[in-house]
Amino acid sequence: MDGSKKNSLKEIACKIRKGIIEGTYNARSGHPGGSLSIADLMAYLYFEKMNVSPDKAKDPDRDRFVLSKGHCAPALYAALAQKGYFKEEELKTLRHIGSNLQGHPCIHTKGVDMSSGSLGQGISAACGMALAGKMDNKSYKVYTVLGDGEIEEGQVWEAAMFAAHYKLNNLIAIVDYNGLQIDGRLSEVCSPEPIPEKFEAFGWKVLTMDAHDFDSMEKAFEQAENSGDKPVVIIQKSIKGKGVSFMEDNVSWHGAAPNKEQYEQAMAELDKQLAEIGG
Amino acid sequence: MAEMKKIATRESYGNTLKELAAENPDIVVLDADLAAATKTGIFKKEYPDRFIDCGIAEANMMGVAAGLASCGKIPFASSFAMFAAGRAFEIVRNSIGYPGLNVKIGATHAGISVGEDGATHQCCEDIALMRTIPGMTIINPADDTEARAAVKAAAEIDGPVYMRFGRLAAPVFNDPETYKFELGKGVTLREGNDITIIATGLMVNEAVMASDMLKEEGINAGVINIHTIKPLDKDIICKAAEDSGILMTVEEHSVIGGLGSAVAEAVTECYPVPVIKIGVNDVYGHSGPAAELLKEFGLCADNIAEQVRKALK
Repeated sequence: MDGSKKNSLKEIACKIRKGIIEGTYNARSGHPGGSLSIADLMAYLYFEKMNVSPDKAKDPDRDRFVLSKGHCAPALYAALAQKGYFKEEELKTLRHIGSNLQGHPCIHTKGVDMSSGSLGQGISAACGMALAGKMDNKSYKVYTVLGDGEIEEGQVWEAAMFAAHYKLNNLIAIVDYNGLQIDGRLSEVCSPEPIPEKFEAFGWKVLTMDAHDFDSMEKAFEQAENSGDKPVVIIQKSIKGKGVSFMEDNVSWHGAAPNKEQYEQAMAELDKQLAEIGG
Repeated sequence: MAEMKKIATRESYGNTLKELAAENPDIVVLDADLAAATKTGIFKKEYPDRFIDCGIAEANMMGVAAGLASCGKIPFASSFAMFAAGRAFEIVRNSIGYPGLNVKIGATHAGISVGEDGATHQCCEDIALMRTIPGMTIINPADDTEARAAVKAAAEIDGPVYMRFGRLAAPVFNDPETYKFELGKGVTLREGNDITIIATGLMVNEAVMASDMLKEEGINAGVINIHTIKPLDKDIICKAAEDSGILMTVEEHSVIGGLGSAVAEAVTECYPVPVIKIGVNDVYGHSGPAAELLKEFGLCADNIAEQVRKALK
């Protein structure tokens, strides 16, 4: 990837991370770990990949995005704020009474294409959107992000079967493979492994990428373009809590908010990263 | 009375979908490997490109319907009531109800009259489940005429609708020439102030027959057909409570959470009177011919009349 583009994406991803911390800190709750692990992906999708913009938020030809792992709404909101769907200041209202930013995504929030968060459901809705596109000969694509723990839900595999059967090659699912779920490591809770083989057996084109390397990401999304008639899944190897040292690969940050001291440390770390990028 | 023509309301569903599809290109139909039974096969035959078989995967079907609706389609997602309302409840709640998407759920094989398949398929809980979802419209038509009108009405409103259909061929007592369907409005079929019988679905005709039997004995039992269970026509129910001082509800559904509960909830707020509930009494069904089962469970004119006599004693 071109150096200046990469730098700009890094800067946006860092700002998304700051938004995640800002939101969960002010909410006194929420899910920073899995939000941080998809921050780079959100930057790439919203600023590089998807044909979306706030002034055509309901355009029937726009690309669609469904955050199937809806508990990582702070990452989606931070990306939407960066993109201009609403003011960054609003991130501080996350989960507050009267806020536009619900604990899990709600379709009535500007820029949110589907209510989600009850795990396993977003991918089905994404299938419906992709099928509608096919039926209407539209060229938009549908992106959906799943948690690696989320794929333990049976509905995910109903949807996987459906997407392959209906040749939804306009559907791209990304599995955020950070290896952790609320109760612990995937391997200890109820392992959904091997993940690539499972999707392959269901008739999907399977790709992998490094979730924190934009070159790797660009390569994967380029390969996703040409999947024949198969739906595509990209399994992104990520680090839960990425970008905040004390949150990285630590399951206790799945669903806990930073206190004041932790908030300040996290923001200082992210500001330092931002300065290094030159943002 | 001349023998009435009998048609199952699931037939009405399939036939009307086909009719509507000709007028509205946005209508698509989803099924979960039950097209022959839910009668969406009638639609499929005519519009194969707009028919989406989801296989035996009702949870995903409801989610796919939600996604389609978010892109402007009007999906009719079809399965047996047990799976549409039961198995897929949480998807209906979170992916269709909460976002307020324009999905129509066609739930066939509701109630005990499923017959021989037995308890696993006799859904007597669907109305109770669907009533708890904010914004969900619930229609339980009584015959072919009403079912056809109900499907058309569902297609016209913007928002989720749950339609309940039966497997059993039911007498067509509404005249299609003169029948007018008004969503959310109860229909008075018999006047009478000794008691008012409030019935829904397959039980409406039984209630009418019971009222006619009672009339000969000098008992004036009013009959109201509640085809729209949500939003409920509270006005007609509260007026009946005031006029007759006692109500009886009849439904092919559990006495917990269905029409009986809805009516009782309504009158406690406006005009509290006794509400006698005829329905499935918190038990499971079992296998048997539908007509015999309905008799056994007291879901027939004879029992309705008997319960009225008892109540008025």
